[in-house]
Amino acid sequence: MQSDQAAKMSSLGLSAWYDQKQALDNVTIQMRTNSITAIIGPSGCGKSTYIRTLNRMHELIPRATVTGQVLLDKEDIYGPGVDPVMIRRRVGMVFQKPNPFPTMSIYDNVAAGLKLTGMKRGRNLDDIVKSSLEQAGLWDEVKDDLKKPGTSVSGGQQQRLCIARAIALQPEVILMDEPCSALDPVATAKIEGLMTTLKEKYTVVVVTHNMQQASRVADYTAFLYLGKLIEYDETTRIFENPKQDLTERYITGKFG
Amino acid sequence: MVSFGRGDSTFKLIAGILAGSALAILAVSGYTLLTGALPVLNADGLYFFFGTNWNPVIGREIFGALPYLLGTLVTSAIALIIGVPISLGIAIFLSEMSPRRVRVPISYLVELLAAVPSVVYGLWGVFVFRFYVIDYIETPLSNYLGWLPAFSGTPFGLDILSAGIILSIMIIPTVSSISREIITAVPNSIREGAYSIGATRWEVIRNWVLAYGRSGIFGAVILGLGRAVGETMAVTMVIGNTVGPAAVPTSLLKGGQTMASLIANGFIEASPGTLEISAYIGVGLLLMIVALIINIGAQLMVTRVLKVKRGAIE
Amino acid sequence: MNSYRLRRFKDRLFSILGLLCVIIAVIPLGSILLEVIVRGAPVINWNFLTQTPGAEGQSVGGIGPSIQGTLILIGLTSLFGIPIGIMSGVFLAEYGHNKFASLMRLFNDVLTEFPSIVAGVTVFLAVVLYFGHFSPLAGSIALSFILIPIVARTTEESIKLVPNSLREASAALGVRRWRTTVSIVIQAAKAGLITGSLLAVARIAGETAPLIMTVLGNSYFFQGFGQPIDALPLRIWRDALQPYPDIQAAGWGAAFVLIAVVLTINIGVRLVARGRHGFGR
Repeated sequence: MQSDQAAKMSSLGLSAWYDQKQALDNVTIQMRTNSITAIIGPSGCGKSTYIRTLNRMHELIPRATVTGQVLLDKEDIYGPGVDPVMIRRRVGMVFQKPNPFPTMSIYDNVAAGLKLTGMKRGRNLDDIVKSSLEQAGLWDEVKDDLKKPGTSVSGGQQQRLCIARAIALQPEVILMDEPCSALDPVATAKIEGLMTTLKEKYTVVVVTHNMQQASRVADYTAFLYLGKLIEYDETTRIFENPKQDLTERYITGKFG
Repeated sequence: MVSFGRGDSTFKLIAGILAGSALAILAVSGYTLLTGALPVLNADGLYFFFGTNWNPVIGREIFGALPYLLGTLVTSAIALIIGVPISLGIAIFLSEMSPRRVRVPISYLVELLAAVPSVVYGLWGVFVFRFYVIDYIETPLSNYLGWLPAFSGTPFGLDILSAGIILSIMIIPTVSSISREIITAVPNSIREGAYSIGATRWEVIRNWVLAYGRSGIFGAVILGLGRAVGETMAVTMVIGNTVGPAAVPTSLLKGGQTMASLIANGFIEASPGTLEISAYIGVGLLLMIVALIINIGAQLMVTRVLKVKRGAIE
Repeated sequence: MNSYRLRRFKDRLFSILGLLCVIIAVIPLGSILLEVIVRGAPVINWNFLTQTPGAEGQSVGGIGPSIQGTLILIGLTSLFGIPIGIMSGVFLAEYGHNKFASLMRLFNDVLTEFPSIVAGVTVFLAVVLYFGHFSPLAGSIALSFILIPIVARTTEESIKLVPNSLREASAALGVRRWRTTVSIVIQAAKAGLITGSLLAVARIAGETAPLIMTVLGNSYFFQGFGQPIDALPLRIWRDALQPYPDIQAAGWGAAFVLIAVVLTINIGVRLVARGRHGFGR
């Protein structure tokens, strides 16, 4: 595998457990700067667990543990003295089901992360909220409704609001955990289009069960099966010329 | 759906009638108290609600319930001011912050506070707690804040402040367990969203969990208020039991009386058929009305919130 | 980043404050239990548990009548209160999806928080005055105002946990619905019903306020259904008001007995439930 682009983030020998049950087994993947890496695999393969280890959301689940390393710019995010709070500001996340904050307005949904660090209301904040919503392709649709609750817009808009919420923090990596699985095809197309523009500024990792989606948007694709990394390569190679028999059978729909 | 056969409608009817027993009890209480209170309401009119004298001497009878209404409000307010922050702290600690292993044992311990009978709180209050209150709470208050009317008087331990503090302990299990239920019902997706933008655990609780559970927690607080308002024996034993204008709660460091403690102390001494017993019944009616308003409000709030939020999770 | 350190500090601070709240709440519990044991346990002996109180100025005597009275009150109240409570709980669970039932559920919840002293005044007016005497029955009726809603609530909750498949299986066998309810559903929910009833009994065992004006309290063993009787909580209250240290000690002894019963039920029920359902909710 060529390494002409630097790895923004990589997992090295990463294993994860829920209680006694192992969900990931020795997974090593490199996610390159300004590219989209897709994680595919049948349900239960550990892809959601994997993406949640990348910003330490995994550990919010009781009795969940991790071994191995996740490097963000060569620094281990599981290293001693590293605060997950700091990691999550650099590694944003978008969830399977859109989860805008119901008690907050659209504006506050986007501004919430910045307010935590003490940023006050004002021109500066307004500008960031506007540009985040613009980058998420939502500004024109909601600019007159910024004071309405975040949950008042449609499902697809909610998901783009969640993307804007992540962008507002100016993260380096954006993780997307099956971001379109709860959306209709039109909304899905919008999010996919968004992903390709996002990668110009950010490194994007997306979990998907939808292989067409992976082949459409991803530069690199990793195939996980039963917690193990089966194959990882450029997306075109994975889909046109997989090395592993298991990968071939999965992408041709023989199982999963 | 199973169709109704022989016996089914009879069974449903009987069960339905018995399910109405709560309503029947409330209705009977309301009716008997109202008829029992009519004599004093006729004799004293509005004075009963706004007057402060309490004189059972035949021929000079006059009964004003204001001091006891105020006593109930002031002791309950103290109970909430002290008890609610502690209860919320417990609820937050047990649902969000503590290690999972200790959650169940600690919540059992806190709930045991509700199992201790009120009269035992009173016994403990009179012989044990009273002296701690004098030494560590009332004496400092009196020394440093004695110039405030609210803290004037001699630390004695059997007064409105003592009653309020005991009440605050007694409402903790109610407020904390219901708040905990409300907090647990906050959807996890909200917590995840908040964590994902780099919120600390406390920020997640403060800005998201409490904001989302606000109305339910408010209901829990009101339910605690309802409990404080109706609580009788512990208050009766530590509040100092003054009657008449002296019972108006002008200072926390003097004896007072709540509606419930007034009845507990004096009801049985009054002779049936007199205006005096009617006055006690009138105070009972007042207490019932206050308690009903508080509890119906709180129940509606809590059940509505839990229903909506459970729906949101599923 | 400066604000970041402040945020982390706040996070720690509030964890500690939360723990502090728990400790603040548990201290009174510990103190109450400790004092009840230290002051109450020494006076406990067979005579204390079985004798009547002595005349004033003489020996303190025992709390026999108070124990007997409390047992009689619990028995009488349970006798009619528990069936009523269970039946209303059954109704709320099995036929509870309509306006009438949700209204009844609301009233039931409201009654759970009803001031018990008001129940006493009501029963005094409606029962004591009507029959012309204080009586164990009047006391039981007042206590049932407290017991019924608790039993109804726990019954409803445990019956709702019975899986629908059980009801369907029974219906498929051609069993009428009410027979299914009585012999299948209630059987399946039996443990919950017993738990709820025991907790309700523990609650009324310590109730004092409604007894003041319904059973009055006295110093004698049961003298008939038309006479006042004593009860443990009443005895504790009376003894606490006395200036004599030995009588106060008897009050602590009575509190020891009462707390022992109430806490045994409460803790026992939890331990059994935990053994059955596993740890936690």
